[in-house]
Amino acid sequence: MQKIKSFLLKNGPLLATVAIFILVYAIGAQLYPTMKKPQVFFNLFINNGSLLIISIGMTMTVIMGGIDLSVGAMIALTSVASAALLQKNADPVFVMVLMLLMGTALGFVMGCIIHYLKVEAFVVTLMGQFFARGMAYVINESSITIKNEFYNYLALTKINLPFFEKAYVYIPTLAGIVLLIFTFILLSSTRFGRTVYAIGNNEQSALLMGLPVARTKLIVYSFSGFCSALAGIVFSISLLSGYGGYGQSMEMDAIASVVIGGTALTGGTGTVLGTLFGVLINGIIVSILQFNGTLTSWWTRIGVGALTLIFIGIQSLFYVKKKD
Amino acid sequence: MSNPNDEIIRLEGICKNFPGVQALKNVDFCLRKGEIHALVGENGAGKSTLIKVMTGVERFDEGKITYDGKEIVIRSPQHAQNIGISTVYQEVNLCSNISVAENLLLGREPRKLGCIDWKAMNKRAKAIMQDLDVDIDVTQPLGSFSTAIQQIAAIARALEISSPKVLILDEPTSSLDAHESNLIFKVMRKLCSAGVGIIFITHFIKQVYEISDRITVLRNGKLVATHETASLPTIQLISEMIGHSLAEYDEMKKSEFVVNHKKALLEAKELGRKGMVEPFDLELHAGEVVGLAGLLGSGRTEVVKVLFGIDEPDNGCLIVDDQLIKKHSPFEMIMHGVALCPEDRKASGIVGDLTIRENIILAIQARLGWFKFLSKQKQYEIANKYIKMLNIATPSSDQLVKNLSGGNQQKVILARWLATDPKMLLLDEPTRGIDVGTKAEIQKLVINLATEGMGCVFISSELEEVMRTSHRVVVMREHEKVTEFAGEVSEREIMQAMAGGE
Ligand SMILES: Nc1ncnc2c1ncn2[C@@H]1O[C@H](COP(=O)(O)OP(=O)(O)OP(=O)(O)O)[C@@H](O)[C@H]1O
Ligand SMILES: [Mg+2]
Repeated sequence: MQKIKSFLLKNGPLLATVAIFILVYAIGAQLYPTMKKPQVFFNLFINNGSLLIISIGMTMTVIMGGIDLSVGAMIALTSVASAALLQKNADPVFVMVLMLLMGTALGFVMGCIIHYLKVEAFVVTLMGQFFARGMAYVINESSITIKNEFYNYLALTKINLPFFEKAYVYIPTLAGIVLLIFTFILLSSTRFGRTVYAIGNNEQSALLMGLPVARTKLIVYSFSGFCSALAGIVFSISLLSGYGGYGQSMEMDAIASVVIGGTALTGGTGTVLGTLFGVLINGIIVSILQFNGTLTSWWTRIGVGALTLIFIGIQSLFYVKKKD
Repeated sequence: MSNPNDEIIRLEGICKNFPGVQALKNVDFCLRKGEIHALVGENGAGKSTLIKVMTGVERFDEGKITYDGKEIVIRSPQHAQNIGISTVYQEVNLCSNISVAENLLLGREPRKLGCIDWKAMNKRAKAIMQDLDVDIDVTQPLGSFSTAIQQIAAIARALEISSPKVLILDEPTSSLDAHESNLIFKVMRKLCSAGVGIIFITHFIKQVYEISDRITVLRNGKLVATHETASLPTIQLISEMIGHSLAEYDEMKKSEFVVNHKKALLEAKELGRKGMVEPFDLELHAGEVVGLAGLLGSGRTEVVKVLFGIDEPDNGCLIVDDQLIKKHSPFEMIMHGVALCPEDRKASGIVGDLTIRENIILAIQARLGWFKFLSKQKQYEIANKYIKMLNIATPSSDQLVKNLSGGNQQKVILARWLATDPKMLLLDEPTRGIDVGTKAEIQKLVINLATEGMGCVFISSELEEVMRTSHRVVVMREHEKVTEFAGEVSEREIMQAMAGGE
């Protein structure tokens, strides 16, 4: 009994997220029977591939007590830059590697400014956002279509899933899943991951404990940069184009997903697993609205906003409980 | 015994300036292999700063450090750790959100395939804590344990992380009771017989004599002297620390308290809360100091928390000033003229990023309501009054509180509540981490306040202090009020009541 109770207390926010997801899905399935098809579920992964990827990076940043507002703009920059390079017949694999390096480097630079110059992460990454968005439009003001065989192949090849008939995902979808598993292990059971939690709780303490605070912070911001570049690649593959206006305010969706997933904005707690469900909840609301067809997409925003608030409430409730 | 030629670390001519404060002036210090070296001095004398310089947290402006015979520059706490200097800093500096095991071993945890081997890690952590006679579930987050356990965990980590040559303990016993302090002393002795040099900072003179081989005294950032403990009389030590003799320490007498037959200021009847404190009766009269004695965790803090409405009682009633308290909340109590100076300054009260002045006026402001402003001039007046009264070592009342030494932060909290001019004052360990001179000042202050008609509840782990200041002593044991002494009572009697049994 005691064990169950402490398990519930420990994993309360995560369980609440999962429960809400199931609830919303069930309501949707009641209203629109087509939603019962397994493919609708997998579409959530397909449609929210890039959101999932940046949310994973965001989760790590937020657990560490930081934030990264540049991720949405980085998606735009990556998509435009790769589209422009591909237009000039650059090798697609080279383009992808280059984009990932660029994302990581930008994240690293922001991390350096945050850590060494002691500027608020909020401010630095906001500047990063302006820079990335600006650069995207500097490269090209209008949308560039990607006409590359390899990109086409990635975009259109379905991978049939076992166990489910006629259920499929695309190759880029797998990127998010692999990244999720990787990050989950990284955060829950490596020295690096636990250091991230320690810093999120109290940076000063972590420093005095002799943990590598500087290195960890730099890696986390670089990782977030890497994630946003990866998300940008996935994004440009799914739309087969690059444009400076992509990913508008997607950083906010990512933050909302992270919070809904049970990660506290104050840092120190949270899991990527929760974030996955945060993203899925975001996705399911969009799907329901699409099935409905009469409501405007702004309802998504309202729904997600309300849920975020509810979750912040739930978290502080659990926090108060735990303190007792 | 230590051998004078076996120096591990030597600091020469260390100077360190902070804006407006010269924290260290030309300080020399050396530590030998296998000795316990006490570092003492008043609040703000520079003890913690010296430690921080030695461990790379702060850079020094001038001077040199020789370690193991070679001159070195210590770049960071991590670097210090790698070369064998481990530290437990003044405030518990671990992370409360991760498990005890992680706190102990993160950084050199056992690994399997690059991942943490949880089973081995928890086992090892458990064994480490058991070595220190502490048997707990190490998979629980550190924050769920008492300060004492957290402190022991911090020491365990310092020992574990690098088999150190130098171990620095900055006031490790300030929040521990005698039994727990002994635990730590036991560990210290074991280590120093293995050749580790230990620097031990404390404000408990008794502990200095109990455990140290040599003593270094700092005053106002300057080195006063280093002595062999055995050949230094207490009187001289104290006068070296505070710069004059401590005559008033002995002269102090509590005011005569005559029970006037008027009603009590505060009266608790069968007040209690499940799981925190068993129902108790307590009366507090004007002009009276009631001491709460008991071991750590015996429920002393819980008593004042329930009285102050931080934790709502679920039994009995509380009458303040002839009025029955219906809604238990700190706000309500403040409105009735009750103030609580809490135990854990870091968690409950001090705002490091505000100035001393702002911290002090916080509670008055709250009492006035947020729309009635105190003029700046008035604020400074109040702040300066208490800075002087409590001897807070600072260049000005505009200093940020986080830049104060630990003991001085404690004084700021005390000042905040004194400034509200309460009728009843609940003091939970107000003298923790405060130097002998000021301790005497605070005791005197409490007695004076009582003479002026205030009723005080005074909690302290030092029985001597409780006895010196209080007219009545309430003894707590295992979350229950066991007895109450009034008038003359011997220390032994109280101790017996605290420990239980005969
Ligand atoms: N970061 C800082 N900025 C400005 N002043 C500081 C800073 N750190 C310490 N000081 C000042 O340096 C002086 C020495 O402080 P220190 O913390 O070393 O005292 P201490 O001897 O450890 O006292 P305590 O017994 O109260 O812990 C104090 O006057 C303090 O206000
Ligand atoms: Mg100190």
